[in-house]
Amino acid sequence: MKQNMTHSLCAIGLGAALLSSAALAEAPAKTTKPVRPIDPEVMSQEEAVLTQAPNVPPPIKRKHSAKVIVHLEVKEVTKRLADGVDYTFWTFGGDVPGSFIRIRVGDDVEFHLNNAPDSKLPHNIDLHAVTGPGGGATSTFTAPGHSSQFSFKALNPGLYVYHCATAPVGMHVANGMYGLILVEPEGGLPPVDHEYYVMQGEFYTAANFGVEGLQPFDMNKAIDERPAYVVFNGAVGSLVGDKALTAQVGETVRLFVGNGGPNLTSSFHVIGEIFDNVYQEGGTSINQHNVQSTLIPAGGSAIVEFKTDVPGTFILVDHALFRAFNKGCLGMLKVSGPPDLLVYSGKEVDAIYLGSAAEAGSDSEKKVAVLKAQMASELKGNPKIAGLTREIQVEKGKSVYMQTCFVCHQPTGLGVPGQIPPLAESDFLIKNKEDAIRAVVIGRTGETVVNGKTYKGTMIPLAYLTDDQIANVLTYVRNSWGNAGDAVSAADVAKIRAEAAAPAATAAPAPGKFE
Amino acid sequence: MSAPRQKIRLIVLALLTGAAVQAAEPDMARVSNGIFRPLFRSQTDLKEEPVKSFRLDAVPVTNEKFLEFVRANPRWQRSRVKRIFTDDNYLKHWASDLDPGTNAHPDQPVVWVSWFAAKAFAQWQGKRLPTLAEWEWAAAASPTLADGSRDAAFQRDIFRWYSTPSPVVLPDVASGPSNFWGVRDLHGLVWEWVSDFNSATVTGDARGDTGLDRQLFCGAGAIGARDPGNFPAFMRYGFRSSLKAAYTVHNLGFRCAKDL
Repeated sequence: MKQNMTHSLCAIGLGAALLSSAALAEAPAKTTKPVRPIDPEVMSQEEAVLTQAPNVPPPIKRKHSAKVIVHLEVKEVTKRLADGVDYTFWTFGGDVPGSFIRIRVGDDVEFHLNNAPDSKLPHNIDLHAVTGPGGGATSTFTAPGHSSQFSFKALNPGLYVYHCATAPVGMHVANGMYGLILVEPEGGLPPVDHEYYVMQGEFYTAANFGVEGLQPFDMNKAIDERPAYVVFNGAVGSLVGDKALTAQVGETVRLFVGNGGPNLTSSFHVIGEIFDNVYQEGGTSINQHNVQSTLIPAGGSAIVEFKTDVPGTFILVDHALFRAFNKGCLGMLKVSGPPDLLVYSGKEVDAIYLGSAAEAGSDSEKKVAVLKAQMASELKGNPKIAGLTREIQVEKGKSVYMQTCFVCHQPTGLGVPGQIPPLAESDFLIKNKEDAIRAVVIGRTGETVVNGKTYKGTMIPLAYLTDDQIANVLTYVRNSWGNAGDAVSAADVAKIRAEAAAPAATAAPAPGKFE
Repeated sequence: MSAPRQKIRLIVLALLTGAAVQAAEPDMARVSNGIFRPLFRSQTDLKEEPVKSFRLDAVPVTNEKFLEFVRANPRWQRSRVKRIFTDDNYLKHWASDLDPGTNAHPDQPVVWVSWFAAKAFAQWQGKRLPTLAEWEWAAAASPTLADGSRDAAFQRDIFRWYSTPSPVVLPDVASGPSNFWGVRDLHGLVWEWVSDFNSATVTGDARGDTGLDRQLFCGAGAIGARDPGNFPAFMRYGFRSSLKAAYTVHNLGFRCAKDL
C-alpha cells in the first residue's frame, strides 16, 4: 500500500508528516505489518537504476539520503553457458550475475522481490549490505508467481554480494543466483573514466567442460567442489571479442569485481596491468596500491582501479590458471590508442636460439622422418583412408567456417545478394581452386563472377589462419551446399602463401597478420 | 457422475463379485505402515514418526474431477469463491467458471488451487488431504522398493525433475511410472499440497526465539537437518514453507488420502 501511495506522490522532498498521514489514510488491505517509522533523513524518492553486467549504474550525485525503490525479478531461464552448451540458470533479473544495484549510505531501500509466475521453485534474497536477520532472506521468501516487499536502511557503505538463500542454498547459488549491490560512501567514489561489473562464479555440470547439450546440475560435483566451468559474468566468453571491456590509453578504469562462488576463492588478476588501488574485500578504504592479484572470497568482492598506459588486449583471469585455461575463466579489456614505446616496446628482437641442444639430424630423428614419410604415402595410397581424410577435413573445416566465414557468407553459404558472393552451388569455387585459396590467404578485390553474377566487394585476407585451417575450411565449402570438389591440402595453401610472400606477386591487399 | 454415487455402485459391485474390500476405492492405492524420518526436527521432536496404513489417490486430482467439484459446489467456482480462501489467481488457467477451456485438459492435474480449495474438494469426496508424513512416506517409494532412498537411479530422476523448469504444457496424470505402492506422479509432475504443509516452519526449536523458518535459509538451513545431502527434500520443504493456505501456483496441485 505504501508503494501505491508513494508512486502517486512522487514529488521530491516531500514532508515526512504528509507521508505518514497519507500512509495512515490508506490502510493496508491484505496484511497487517508492524508500522515502520518514517526515516527523517530521507529527502527524496527514486526508482533504482538496475544494469546487467558488465554495465554499472551511473554514480549517485545527490548529497543526501533518499528512499530508493528496487524491483528485482527472479527468473529461471535456459541459456548459453558455453558454445553448444546450455544450462538452466536461476537468476536475479534474467542474467548471471544479477542486476547491479547502486545506492548511497543512509538510503532507505524499499525492496520488492518478484518471483516469476512460471518459476519452479520459491526463492529469496540475502543482501550482504543489509543489517538484519538473513540479510533480508527471512522477509523475502517468495513462492512462484508471488511478490515480497521489505525495507532496510543502508548503514554501511561498501561493495556487497547479494544471493538467494533458499535451501539448498549452495544449489541456488551454483545455478547463478548472485549479484552485487554498491552502497556508495558519503561523497561517492572518486570519478573515473570507466566503471565495469565483473563477477566470477563456477558451474557444476554433469558432463565435463565443453560437452555439448543442455547440462544438468551435478550435486556430487558441487559437494566435492569440482566445477566443470569457472566463468566471469555467467558464461564462457561473456567478456571476449566484441563483448570485451574497452578503454582508451590514458583513461582510468574501475572494476567492481564480485565472486558468487559458491565454493572457490578467486585470485583475480589482469594480465599486463597493475592495480593502482585496491579496495580489498569491497570495503571503503584503499588499503593497498600496486597490486598484481587480489583475493576475492566466495560471497565477497573487491574494487580495483588502474590507469591504462599502453594499448593492447589485457586478459582478466582467475590466476588459479587451470580455471582460466581449461574452465573458461577469461575476460578481455581492449585498450586502444597510441603506443608508448618507452613503457612497452613490443618485440624488439626475434632470432633463432639454438641453446645447447643437439642440432637436428641425429640418427633417430632421421629414422622418424623416414617412417613418417612412409606412413603418409601409405595413407595416400589407400583410397579408403584417403577418403576418410577428406571427411575429417570437412568436419574440421566446418568449425573454422562457423567461427570465421559465416558472418559474411552466411551459415548456409548463401552470401548476401549483390554484396557477398554465394559459396553454395558456386561455379567459381569449383572451377578456380587456386583463386579460392588466394582469396582466403591474400584477400580479393575487384570483380568476381559467380554463377553469371558480378560481385565487386572486397574480401579481407584471413592469413592468420594456419595452412591446415584454410585447407580444411576450403575443403568444407567445396563439399557443402550442393558443391562437390576435391580436397584442398595444406601443401596447396602453403604454395599460394609462398607465392604471395614473393615481392610484387600480386596487386591484392598485402598479406600478413590481419587485425 | 458424482464420486459418491460411483463409490456406492462399486461397493455393490465388489460385494457381488466377492472382491476384496480394497477394490472399493478403485483410484486409490493402499500404502502400508511405515516410518517417516523428518528432514527437520528439534530436540523435542520425534526422530522417527510412525505412519499408519492409509489409502492415497493413485494420481493427482485432474481438471475433470475438479470441474465436477465446482459444479456441485458453486461457492468454489472462480467468480464466487471467497477471497480469503484463495488468492486472485485461483483457477486462472481455466476459460471460465465451468469451462476449463483449451489451456486445461481434462486429464492434466488441476493447479492454481489453494489449500482451502483442496481441503474442500477432499471433504466433498469423503476423503482428506494426506499429512506431510504420509505424503513423504508414500513418495519415498521407488518403482520397486518401499524405501527408495538407496535406489540411485530413482533419486537421480527425482533430482532432475526438481532442477528442470516446469514445462509450458503440463503432462497428463499417470504419465509417470507406478511406485511400489501403485501410486503415480508423486515426483515429476507437480508439487502437491499436504494437510500440514506449514508444519516445518511453525515447529519451534530448542534455540529460543529463532524461528525454524530462518533455519531454512543459507548455511543455517543445514542445522537440524537429518541429511544435508538430500537436496530434493530440501526443495520440497522449501517450497511448502514458501506457501500460505490461500496461495495458488502454476505447478502446485494435490491428491487425497483416506483412512483404511
